Parts: sequence; structure tokens; C-alpha cells
Amino acid sequence: MAVGKEIRTKITSIKSTQKITSAMQMVAASKMRKAQERMSAGKPYATKIRNVVSHIANANPEYRHLYMQERDVKRVGFIIVSSDRGLCGGLNTNSFKKTTQEMKKWHDQGVDIDICAVGQKAVSFFRNFGGNVVAALSHLGDVPSAHSLIGSVKVMLDAFEEGKIDRLYLIHNRFVNTMTQKPESIQLLPLLAADDEEYKHHWDYIYEPDAKPILDGLLTRFIESQVYQGVVENNACEQAARMVAMKSATDNAGNMIKELQLVYNKARQAAITQEISEIVSGAAAV
Amino acid sequence: MGITVHCDIVSAEEEIFSGLVEMVIAAGSEGDLGIAPGHTPLMTQLIPGPVRVVKQGGEEEVYYVSGGFLEVQPNIVTILSDTAIRAVDMDEAAALEAKKEAEKALANQTGEFEYSRAATQLAEAVAQLRAIQQLRNKLR
Repeated sequence: MAVGKEIRTKITSIKSTQKITSAMQMVAASKMRKAQERMSAGKPYATKIRNVVSHIANANPEYRHLYMQERDVKRVGFIIVSSDRGLCGGLNTNSFKKTTQEMKKWHDQGVDIDICAVGQKAVSFFRNFGGNVVAALSHLGDVPSAHSLIGSVKVMLDAFEEGKIDRLYLIHNRFVNTMTQKPESIQLLPLLAADDEEYKHHWDYIYEPDAKPILDGLLTRFIESQVYQGVVENNACEQAARMVAMKSATDNAGNMIKELQLVYNKARQAAITQEISEIVSGAAAV
Repeated sequence: MGITVHCDIVSAEEEIFSGLVEMVIAAGSEGDLGIAPGHTPLMTQLIPGPVRVVKQGGEEEVYYVSGGFLEVQPNIVTILSDTAIRAVDMDEAAALEAKKEAEKALANQTGEFEYSRAATQLAEAVAQLRAIQQLRNKLR
């Protein structure tokens, strides 16, 4: 029957799209579980090193490391973490929106901005957006290694040490739960002291052997671990966001199929009715 | 029961130990050091070696760390290690093998880079063996 040929082909094509989205949803769900495990495995280290560093920032050291010195802000650096691939809802858009808001705030104060983009989406966004991208890194894969991040982080650390940038921020998505991811901006440099009454009195560490090499090593490690944790967390966010986005895409496809099926059935019914009435009226005329 | 201090040992991969201890003995870059509760704030680099903790009640545990940092606050001791393993989980045969390999590499060295790498490997293997030795002494 020729009735509703277009509708039938439409339904078939939506069905095949639905198959793809539901497969992507399942893949994202299993990847998310692994990404979440990696995220929680790295968390104790990241938290502990942040505690230690905030203690250091509260201390009154004989040697004040460059990373602890507050300077006049003439130029700020941003490390922006994004995903490599799209189809993950508003995840990247939200974090870019947050980034551009922050950037505008600095811009209004006459402060220039350097960008280190991590992830394919951030790289292409800031190429079009027209930021000054000093370092770019993409295709980290599902299991990002701390090793591959070190290079890009070092570019920013060197820029800070040379006085090219006076502040360094990290922007990534925070994994609240599977449904919610929130873009977050953290100040990495100069280090922020924790607001803890316990450490307000005048004190300093004993350093063995010497303050400089220890702080150099520890603070670099701190920045690296924070960026790494940010990347791992963003990865978990990506998979969660993709899972949710694909689930709603599958549901929407289901609704569309249902509606189209109804239209198709009605058209078919109308065609049959028409045919019968034609036959009946034809017979009556004879 | 002795006085205790909270101690955390974390590696980049996981949390290894967290709890109250009477004493922590670690291999600092200037030699072994023992930290008792109420120690003055201290910050030091750790070299590959064993970390021994005396838990509340006198029970001891040995861990191996491949380097990292030790922070002491009067009420908390934190060890940030690159990698940490429970000494019980360590493989003595593998450590001995690694030591032999490293010694062989040191004996017929070819370049500057390989020398430093072999030296690090040797230091790590020796440190692992030391951790195993400590564990044995404890069990005896």
C-alpha cells in the first residue's frame, strides 16, 4: 500500500538513530563507573596535598617561595579542562560560559589572559573565540596519565615564574552526582591559605635538608596533582553527562516514534475507509 | 596506652593507611627519622624505603614508599608518597631480581642516562629489600 511511505521511512530512520543513542548510553554508563573509580582513587592524595600546602601557606617560612607571593595582577593564566568529544549535553558549553564570564571580569579590569586548553573541545573553542592560547593538549583518552599533563602544566608554571602571568586558575567540571556537574574555577597560584584558626599563630616548619628544594618539589607536585585530578574528574563528568544526554535522546526518539506511528495508523485507516466508501458508492451507482 | 597522633599515608593511587599511631619511622633524605606525638612541625623529602608505623596498642605495620614528602604537624602526620605498597604484598624474589638486574646494568654501563636510571633502580630495589627485612624482624 502506498499510504504513508514517507512516514514509514521516517520511523525506520528514527529507530536506527535510537539504537545508536541507546548503545552510546550503555557505553557511557560503563565508562562512567571506571572513571568514577579513578576519580575517587586519586582523591585522598589530592585532598591531603591540598591540606599540606594550605598549612605551608599559613606558616611563616624563612624562605617564601615564589608561588606564595601575591603580585599585582597584570596578566592571568587559565587552565581549562574540557572533553575530547561532544555529544555530552551542556557540559562543555557550561564550563566555557563560566570561563568567558571569568575572562570578561578580568578583561574589564584591563588584565590580559593566557590560556592553556586541555581537551579537543577547549582547543577548538578558544581557537575560534580568540583567546591567547599558549598551550594546548588533546586526545588524552579515557585513562589520562599524569605524565602527559606535565608538559602543559610546566608551560604555565614557567610563565608564572618568569612573571609573565601573575595568577593561575584551573577550570573544570565538578562531579556532584550523575545528574549534576558544575563548572568550577580554582585558584592554583599564588597559593591560598586555609582559613583555619589553629594555624594562625606564628610558626614555621623544620625543613630537612633545606626549604627550597622541598618546597620546589612539593609545590610543583601539588599543581600537577590538582590539574590531574581536575582532568580525571572532568572525565567522569563527561561520561555521566553523555549517559544522561543519550538517555534523554533515546527517550525522545521513542516518543517521536510513538507519535509518528499514530499519524501513520490514522492515515492508513483513513485510506481504507475512503476506499470502502468509494466501492460502496460505486456499487450503489450501478 | 601511649599518647597517639593521627597519621595518613596516601599514594597517588590510593589511601594506604589512616589511623592513630604511637610512632612513625620513615626514611628521610637525611636519614631515618622517628616521629612521636607532639612533634614540632617538620617537612622533609622521603627517599625510597620502608615506613614503619607503631599503631595504638603497640602493633606494628610496615609499608614501602618509593619517595615522597613527609609533613608533621603537632596533631597530624601526613606522608604523601609517589607509590606505596604494604610490605606484606611485596615480592622478595622480584626485588632481588631487580637488584641483580640493576647491578648488572651498573657493571656494564654505556651512557650517562642509563647509569642514572640503573642507579635509581638499584636504590629502589635495595629499599624494598630493606622494607621486607624490617617486616621479617617484626615477625620474628
